[in-house]
This record gives sequence, structure tokens and C-alpha cells, in this order.
Amino acid sequence: MIIELGHYALVLALAAALLQSVVPIIGVRRSDEGLMAMATVATMATLALVLFSFCILTWSYLTSDFSVANVWENSHSLKPLIYKFSGVWGNHEGSMLLWVLILVLFSALVAGFGRNLPSELKATVLAVQAWIVTAFLLFILMTSNPFLRLAPAPAEGQDLNPILQDPGLAIHPPLLYLGYVGFSISFSFAVAALINGRIDAAWARWVRPWTLAAWTALTAGIAMGSYWAYYELGWGGWWFWDPVENASFMPWLAGTALLHSALVMEKREALKIWTILLAILTFSLSLLGTFLVRSGVLTSVHSFATDPQRGIFILCILAIFVGGALTLFALRAGTLSQGGLFAPISREGALVLNNLFLTTATATVLTGTLYPLVLESVTGSKISVGAPFFNLTFGPLMVPLLCIVPFGPLLAWKRGDLWAVTQRLYLAAGLALVTALGVLWFTTGAPVLAAFGVALGVWLIAGSLTDLALRAGFGRVSPSIFLRRLIGLPRSAFGTALAHFGLGVTVIGVVASTVFSTELVTRLKAGDVIEAAGYELAFGGLQPAVGPNFTELQGRFAVTKDGRAIGDITSAKRLYTARRMPTTEAGIMTRGFSQLYVSLGDEGEDGTVVVRVWWKSWITFIWLGAVIMSIGGCVSLLDRRLRIGAPARRRAPGPAAHPEPAE
Amino acid sequence: MTAFVRQALLALLLLIVVAGQALAVTPDEMLDDPALEQRARSISAGLRCLVCQNQSIDDSDAALAHDLRVLVRQRLVEGDSDEEVIDYVVSRYGEFVLLKPRLTAQTIALWSTPAILLAIGLIWLFASTRRRAATASGALLSDDEKRELDRLLDAEKSE
Repeated sequence: MIIELGHYALVLALAAALLQSVVPIIGVRRSDEGLMAMATVATMATLALVLFSFCILTWSYLTSDFSVANVWENSHSLKPLIYKFSGVWGNHEGSMLLWVLILVLFSALVAGFGRNLPSELKATVLAVQAWIVTAFLLFILMTSNPFLRLAPAPAEGQDLNPILQDPGLAIHPPLLYLGYVGFSISFSFAVAALINGRIDAAWARWVRPWTLAAWTALTAGIAMGSYWAYYELGWGGWWFWDPVENASFMPWLAGTALLHSALVMEKREALKIWTILLAILTFSLSLLGTFLVRSGVLTSVHSFATDPQRGIFILCILAIFVGGALTLFALRAGTLSQGGLFAPISREGALVLNNLFLTTATATVLTGTLYPLVLESVTGSKISVGAPFFNLTFGPLMVPLLCIVPFGPLLAWKRGDLWAVTQRLYLAAGLALVTALGVLWFTTGAPVLAAFGVALGVWLIAGSLTDLALRAGFGRVSPSIFLRRLIGLPRSAFGTALAHFGLGVTVIGVVASTVFSTELVTRLKAGDVIEAAGYELAFGGLQPAVGPNFTELQGRFAVTKDGRAIGDITSAKRLYTARRMPTTEAGIMTRGFSQLYVSLGDEGEDGTVVVRVWWKSWITFIWLGAVIMSIGGCVSLLDRRLRIGAPARRRAPGPAAHPEPAE
Repeated sequence: MTAFVRQALLALLLLIVVAGQALAVTPDEMLDDPALEQRARSISAGLRCLVCQNQSIDDSDAALAHDLRVLVRQRLVEGDSDEEVIDYVVSRYGEFVLLKPRLTAQTIALWSTPAILLAIGLIWLFASTRRRAATASGALLSDDEKRELDRLLDAEKSE
């Protein structure tokens, strides 16, 4: 009965979303405040209903109600509590429900915090949000209902996919969806602006923080997913250019571009039309990602054709929203006014370059991801586009972008002085140069590219610090005033510096772990000692152990360095009893910023076991950098300007402001 | 059943099940010549494991990946160059096996997309900057036009 209530709540939510889709729009057309205000009520009702429905599904997981098909397929009574909870979204139906829940949560945030929004804009935005909610609720109810029952109810469930039985599942999808779905706000604002035919100051002031919030969550979510894959899959890779990863990376790239162009728009009212287009494209890529991951088209074009219902449904959603928004854009973009002139050498100019490289990179990843699918369906020939392609194309696009990052924040708005900025960056450039020479000097046989890569990271880090120091008047004022001014800098300045700092840290991690890591594959028996990267690992043999829903063989390694004991590494091979599926649990020891990574392989007849030991140089920098970037995003969100919603300076369009085409 | 017996049974069970699963590159596969082995590793990293999802044979546990790794090493020992090994694998398994697609008529669009997009972007940026600079400075007339205008104005004055 309770399960049916959850199902019923979802149907009611659809009804509420339908009302929210139509009524506010009529209100805007008739300038009827009452009808427009209806959007807020309907949004809150939708949120309450979807939340109720989600709670019911969670409850059925927690109580292991195997009469629900979804629970039976993905749960087990012996599964640890945290995985019963996170298992709710560890499957197709549940994860779509989480998707919609986060979507309505964002709508409700706009409804709740949007008191200072012009009522027409607010009503239109909420209506556009409701269109998306309606589409996805229909998708869930018609093709992916999590509340389907089984009769008779099985006694035991089939357990969750062992790879998903990890704390990562509790954090990674919600963060990723916060990012994916968060971009819907920018999308709805963009579509609302096109429908209403104007972009005012409120528009710009609202879009940037929402984009920033979504970007922050997405950054953390992708990094989390990367680390999860790194320790769970057991072969030490952290990014595979897998289509599923690309599906989350494309919105991130486009979102990063949007973040920067929204900045120009907020501060200078330039790039309006381009920002609108980017907002549409970013969420379109989120939808595309959802389609790619959820339709099954990635595993094989054929699996998509054999079970096409879900795939075609999402493809229709994708076509309607992306096609509709782009058509609207084509029709209306010309009527929007442009503002804010700037010289090529200026902060705006730097941000335009940023956008150029980021959108080209996005398009490259998109092409690489979809090309095999398109080629196969057009010509029938199968090709693979894997990591080597992306490294060869994406890498070179990033290098010039990373080189110009430190210049951006130092250039003045409107018209900058490149030479003066270069002089201010002497110290950062010097540091980068010394690093490059140091890398070449101290490491034997390191490729020149590696030295360049590490130096690039140092350049970014030093550049971000230079920006903060110069803003606080370093060298021009006394140290005490400098400190006071540094503390008094706007949070957004710290946010920018932290994000660029984190980017540098990630770059160093990527380069160093790729070039300086070492690998050792060997056969060991109990008592053997091997040496890897200056550490001795004494193998203590394999011991069986039993977990709640798995059994495992643990290999214990006592680690010493120069005869001094440092600790133990335990690596295991697990067997999940319900699905009879083996997994490897890598043993990881962090030393400084590097890691020792041990995974177990085959056992031989002679009592030996294959052991792989990696020394992963500076690898934690990859995720540490992403965490710093996310913190930068959070700090920037705390900016006073955003908290109190102070009106942005608005420049009256002067006689010089000619209408211009989109940037 | 005592705990010991239960654990022993479990261990046995694990042995049976896990033994079926091979790990990527095992010591038995590796070649004695480090230079040759290094070449084998870098070739393997570019070959797709056909039964896996987006994994190279160098990273994969699958039996097919093992066979391919052994095959690559055999060819290398027999004196094939890297290209010959790759050509041989492609002749047996098709272009699909290459993680880095070759430049052919079918993939020209793939490989050239980034460069073309960047070029279009840069040209467009350059053009719009020129246009903007022209309108911003009010220099709507070309140098020749200005000179002509000056001449006419001067002529008017002198009249």
C-alpha cells in the first residue's frame, strides 16, 4: 500500500508540474500577478510530492521490501545499511528519481530565494523548469517506474552490483546530479530571457551564482568519481576518456566557459547573446550526458536498438529541449541588445579567448565521443576513439589556455596593458622556469614535455598568488596594511585565485603521475620482499576473511623504508556471494602526495600470487586540485555581493554603444 | 562446523572462482628483454580489448586481452616492427581494435574537427575585433575616404 502511495505521489507531482508549466505563462501574457504567483505554489507542491515519493522508495530499500521489483533487483537483506540507502540511486529507475528530485529542489530554491526577482522573469523561469520536470516525470512513469511490484514477492534480493558497494556511491551521483541539473537553472533563465525578449540586470546577477553552484558541485562530483574509479577498479587509472566520463566532462567544460562569460556579462554587460547560447548548450550537454548514460547506446548501438523504449524517449526529450531552445535562440537572439565595448587586450578579451578554447575543447570531446556511434550508424564500419585520440587533441588545446590563465585576472576591464601585466608576472614566470630546469636536472631521462607540464602548473599557482598579492597592494604598502587589505579583498577574488590555484595543482598531479610513476609486476609467495620506489614490501601471504555480504582473500604487506617500519598495506580479492562476482580491492598507502598502490592478481599452483605494485608520483594532487577548485567556488558563492543581492552597476547605453552581433 | 573449517572452505571456494580471472600483464607473459617489453606495453596500450568496455588490452583482465598480449609479444620476438605488429592485429580484428583511429577518409572529419573549429573561432574573433575597433573609434571611413573628404573640404575653403 505504502509503495502505491509513492507511485501515486509521483503521478500527482506530474499533475502539479503540468499546472506549473502552463498557468504562469498565461499569467505573464495577461500580466496577472495571481496566476504568476501560482508558479511558486506549484513548485513547492511538486517538491513535496517528489520528495515523498523518493522517501517511500528509500523506505522500501531500508526495509528490504522485495515485492518491489527495483529493490529485488538491486538489494539484499544482508547489505550494509549505507548501501541500502545509497543503493536507492545505484540503478536506472532510482537514479532518474534522484535526478528529478534534485531538479525540483533547484526549482524550489528559485521559488524560495527569488523574492527580489521581477515577477514575470520568475514565473517564466519556473514554468520552463516545470517543462523539464514534466518531461522527466513522464519518462519515469512511462518507461522507468521504480514502484513496480512482483507477485509473489521473492524471499531474497539479487544484491547491488559489487562495484557500486562503496561509500563513493553515496556521494558521487548526488554531487554529479547537483552539477548536471544545477545547469538547468541557467538554461531556464536563458529560455525565459528569450521568451520575454529582454535580459535585465536581475538576469545577469542571478545566472552567475547558480552556474557557480552547479559548477562547484560538478567539479567535486567528477573528481570524486575519478578517485573512486582509481581505487575501485584495481589498475590505478584515474581517467579513461570513457564515454560515460566524457558525458560528465562536457557539461563541466561548457559550464566553465559559461562561468567566465557570465562574469563578463555581470560586470560589463557584454557577451550577452553568447552567454545565453552557452547556458543553453551547457544544459543541453547535461541532457545529452543523461541520454548517453541512460539509453544504453554507449555499450552498443545494437543494445539501444533492441530495447529502444527508454533511449528513444530521452532522445525525444533531448530533441525537443535542445532543438526548441536553439530555435528560440535563432528567432529571438537578434532582438536582444548588446552592450559593453572592449578592446582585444582586456579582461573581456582574455575571457573571450578562454571561451574559445573551452568551447573548442568541448566540441572535440563531443566529436570524439559521438563519432564512432555516428560512423557506425551511417557507414556500418566500426572504429574506436579512445584515450590516445583525446590526449592528442584535448591536450594541445589546453596548453595555450593554461598559459593565458594568469594574465586574465590581472588585465584591466575594457582596455588592458599586456606589457605591464607581463612585468607583474615576472616572478611567476621565473618560478616556472626554475621548476622546469629543476625537473630536467633532478630527474634522469624525464621528457622535456614533463618539465614543461610541471612548470605550467607552477605558473598557474604562482600566477594566482600574484593576483591576490597585487590586489592587496604588495610592495606598494606596508606589510600590516597589506595584510589588512588582503583579508578585506572580496570573496570572489579569493574564489578566482583558489580555482586557478587548484587548476595548477591538478595539472602538476596529472603530469607528474603520468611521467614519474613506476610499476612493478611480479609473482610473490609468503615471506618474499620486493623493492618498489625505495620502499621494501614484505608479503605476509594470503588470509581469508569474511565480510557482511562477501568473502575475501587478503594479502598483507609490511612496508619499510631504509629498515624503518612504516605501516601495512592490505590488498584483497573479494567475492560477492549473491552475484558471485569477484572484485579487487586495491591496497593504498599515501606517502606525502604520492601513493603506493598494490593490487593482487592470479594465484599459481606453487602458492605464489601475482602482485602489482605502483608508485604513483604526486597523484593525490589531481584530486586535491579539484577539491581546491570546488572550495574556490564555495568561497566565491559567499561573496557579499551575492549574499545581499546588491544591484549590479548598470550602465546606461551611451551613444557609442552600437548593437553588435553575438560574440 | 568450526570456524577454521568454514574459513578453509571459503578460501577454497575463492581459489576456484578467482583463479578463472586473469590480471592484466602477468609476469609469465613478460619478455626478458626490457626494451622489447617496453615496446609491447606501449603497443598494448593502444589496442582495444574487444570484449571489454573501453579498456586497452594492457589494462584488461579478459582472456582475449591475454591472448592478444601474447600475440603482440610473439610478433615482436619474431622481429616485427611496431607498425607491422599493429597492421597484423588490425588485419585480424579490424580497425575497431585501434584506440587511436588511423587517419583515413572516414576519420578525417574526426581528426580535423578541433583544428577547424579553432581556426573558425580565431578568424571570427579577429574579424569581430576589427569591426568593433572600427565602430568604437568612429573610424567609419577608410584612409582614402578621409583624404578625399579633407580634399573636398579644403577645396571648399579655398573657393
